[in-house]
Amino acid sequence: MSQQAVNGVAHRGRVLTLDSMNPNVKRVEYAVRGPIVQRAVQIEKELKEGVKKPFTEVIKANIGDAHAMGQKPITFFRQVLALCSYPALLEDSKFPEDAKKRAQRILEACGGHSIGAYSTSQGIECIRQDVARYIEKRDGGIPSNPDNIYLSTGASDAIVTILKLLVCGEGRDRTGVMISIPQYPLYSAALADLGAVQINYYLDEDNCWSLNITELRRALNAAREHCNPRVLCIINPGNPTGQVQSRQCIEDVIQFAKEEHLFLMADEVYQDNVYAEGCQFHSFKKVLFEMGPEYSNTVEMASFHSTSKCYMGECGFRGGYVEVINLDPEVKAQLIKLVSVRLCPPVPGQALLDLVVNPPQPDEPSYATFMKERTAVLSALAEKARLTEQIFNTVPGITCNPVQGAMYTFPRITLPQKAIDKAKELGLVPDMFYCMRLLEEDGICLVPGSGFGQREGTYHFRMTILPPTDKLKVVLQKIREFHLRFTQEFS
Amino acid sequence: MSTVQEVNPRVRGIRAPVNLQGLAACISEQIAQGVKKPFKSVIDVSSGDPHKAGMPPISFIRQVMAVCLYPELLKEKSLPLDVRQRAQKLLDMCSGGSVGSYSTTSKGLPEVQKSISEFITRRDGGVFSHPEDIILTIGSQKGLSVFLNLLTSGEGKTQTGVLTPMPCPHTLPMLLDMTGLALVPYRLFEEQGWAVNLDELHRALEAGRVHCEPKAIYISNPGNPTGYVQDRETIEKVIRFAATNCLIILAEEVHQGSVYGQDKEFISYKKVLSEMGKTYAETMELVSFHSISTAYIGECGLRGGYMEVVNIDPAVKKYLTVTSSAPVLPQLALELSLNPPRPEDSSYNSYTQEIHHIEDTLSQNAKRACEFLNRVEGMSCQPSMAGPFLYPRVHLPPHMVEEAKRLGVKADVLYCQRLLEEEGICVGAGCENGQEDKNYHIRLCIMTPPSTLEEILARLCSFHHHLLEKLV
Repeated sequence: MSQQAVNGVAHRGRVLTLDSMNPNVKRVEYAVRGPIVQRAVQIEKELKEGVKKPFTEVIKANIGDAHAMGQKPITFFRQVLALCSYPALLEDSKFPEDAKKRAQRILEACGGHSIGAYSTSQGIECIRQDVARYIEKRDGGIPSNPDNIYLSTGASDAIVTILKLLVCGEGRDRTGVMISIPQYPLYSAALADLGAVQINYYLDEDNCWSLNITELRRALNAAREHCNPRVLCIINPGNPTGQVQSRQCIEDVIQFAKEEHLFLMADEVYQDNVYAEGCQFHSFKKVLFEMGPEYSNTVEMASFHSTSKCYMGECGFRGGYVEVINLDPEVKAQLIKLVSVRLCPPVPGQALLDLVVNPPQPDEPSYATFMKERTAVLSALAEKARLTEQIFNTVPGITCNPVQGAMYTFPRITLPQKAIDKAKELGLVPDMFYCMRLLEEDGICLVPGSGFGQREGTYHFRMTILPPTDKLKVVLQKIREFHLRFTQEFS
Repeated sequence: MSTVQEVNPRVRGIRAPVNLQGLAACISEQIAQGVKKPFKSVIDVSSGDPHKAGMPPISFIRQVMAVCLYPELLKEKSLPLDVRQRAQKLLDMCSGGSVGSYSTTSKGLPEVQKSISEFITRRDGGVFSHPEDIILTIGSQKGLSVFLNLLTSGEGKTQTGVLTPMPCPHTLPMLLDMTGLALVPYRLFEEQGWAVNLDELHRALEAGRVHCEPKAIYISNPGNPTGYVQDRETIEKVIRFAATNCLIILAEEVHQGSVYGQDKEFISYKKVLSEMGKTYAETMELVSFHSISTAYIGECGLRGGYMEVVNIDPAVKKYLTVTSSAPVLPQLALELSLNPPRPEDSSYNSYTQEIHHIEDTLSQNAKRACEFLNRVEGMSCQPSMAGPFLYPRVHLPPHMVEEAKRLGVKADVLYCQRLLEEEGICVGAGCENGQEDKNYHIRLCIMTPPSTLEEILARLCSFHHHLLEKLV
């Protein structure tokens, strides 16, 4: 830091520079909002300013934001939230009775009966109780204790919190965290920020992105040379791959975790997004308990859910929770202390979560509309998943696994060697080069597979299946045409 | 099973929260189940949360929020026209016209960034604020945590330190622990109304340099929990001190909207900086934090705020927002609070009335409570000029101090526990605000309905008298 006296005042260099800042943060990257998105935003500005382009809008198929793509919110949820926001509307006969009842119950649980009051840091008690009941119902009666439930600012907040809790040690003892490749880059970002060791295990692309215990074992054993593996993260249904793990697979993973003393983190935010025939969501907790007390009394687990995905798509509310299983009481005490530092999760998000776990019942006035809306969203997604797989597989050079669940497709693209060379020339990773060209030529914004991780020498992109069906058809067609052009250009 | 030894040492090092609020909730639960107590209900005024204390939200803001949440209400004629028009404008800022989408950029909604920069420019009499320097946060606590995470480095003697006022906001010490920063306390001078003292800053810095590397100074202005409003001269001195000693200024200015003290005016650090000449104005690194949890709208539970970064290295700035994005609803509430109804709007009268009512209540409460507490034997209170808190000093009799030692708790915490158990009033303990010396203090929110305040004062006075009467 240079210092020169200028007119008697010390002229200093900056205190906070790339050199002096936290070195861990410099390693953090998050492809979903990375450079390609920044370029997309720039192009949108240019379009607004009247710059002529081969397209009239940028289609942001990079981020899992359903409402941004035109999906409608669930009426019942928004009615209750409006009532919570402005309780004078409780007098309005246009709101159904069941919505009013829910709103009143939520408001009664808030300080001063207002969603503007802080809640306890673990989250409003009656909402945690509702979450526990939801989990019990979902898992066929296996008990859930509200004390083990922590409401959070989206699932991301809870995931980062649990990782923060578990990372310790130095050098060879540094905590290692296993994560699937490809993965949702929140995990790699969090691990970089925490200075934890990321241990990659590869999903099997040739087998519908399934998880292979042999591969888990290989990754773990290799990692033991240089760190202390303690955590195993699994995203089910998967992001970006969309695979829905079979029950057997989940059992195998739990067995593996028990043998190797690993803390299981089960990211289940897409639990309602299951489309493929023969696929079913099995919660890790349910399978754990069905494996008997030898497992259910010992394996440590955290499972995560959120209001951002499924059929609600309410990303902007930042609602979510984590349920922890078999945590040592002293460790739990540390967790409670950690969450109290951030005060409390946003109360509207907590209220929304309450409605998600406590939706209209068959005997309630809003039930019919609710089920209609929910079914419409999920069936549209299922249709789009099928359509996407079908169309991509007609393109020579694009191979697409079935989109079994979640909201994305992660097709593999074959790139001509000349294109790979050109990319290297430009200092770009090949799939980033591909996606940038697609953006500039067709106004479609995807995320390059390199942002999620992939096997060396393979290239992918992640596209959401969220645009309305008609628009999606156009997008798929455009990508098809682009791919053929691109391959031709670099042949 | 993972043991506590395997928990992140940084997490283990976070000081344990006092958690009087947990005890308060417990007692409320007992009352709900019919257990007999010497009081009908618990009054919790330990945090600056006006809604919890019984103050109403601002109707205009809640009406607009309701329409944004359920756009069917755009057609609802019983809601004022300006409410519906404003809601439409806000919905147009959101992707897909829904408050359920992510913010369009990771810094927040661009229109809200722009609004905030315009507000700041107006507030500071024309000193330009760039929208790109505004980052929407999940509350000022989270914003501060993100910035501190960038700043933290080193261990032992090279650990980054932050000069921190004593007393400071009660949520700050834990935050510094969590982000791995050393708290370097500088005493505020109670006898001068909790003023900042330059000699004390120098002393603190020197003392800090022995065991860490101080890189920032945290300022709370208006002071939390003291309510002290810094004058221009003080701000200038602090800026010069920070510049000379290579410290970043972290200016927590969340209570800027609730200055009620007579002849007191909030001046932002940025404004003063801009008037100190190019050398300072273009080099001094400064971050200012604001929030919707404060002032008269008091929307703590929504979790919203922003930070404005000034003269921060552009290469570093991009790390301030990576993965998380702020919830949308509080950004809209912020937008509304910075651009309230204008005289020609239908909601103007009711909005203005509500704001003035809350302002008057706070001002009158502050005066009433301060005078009252100064008349209680064994209590003294500096007048507060802004913000929701009063921070009176309490004289604790020797028997309580000894009992606390025996029980292994801090004496002011024991005081608060007993107050809660015997009178059902939950206040904050001064040790949460970093007060480590024998001058014990309590912290209470005075942004309450006047009748609630009277109840609090009566019970507090009664408790304190009984305490002093006891010989053992």
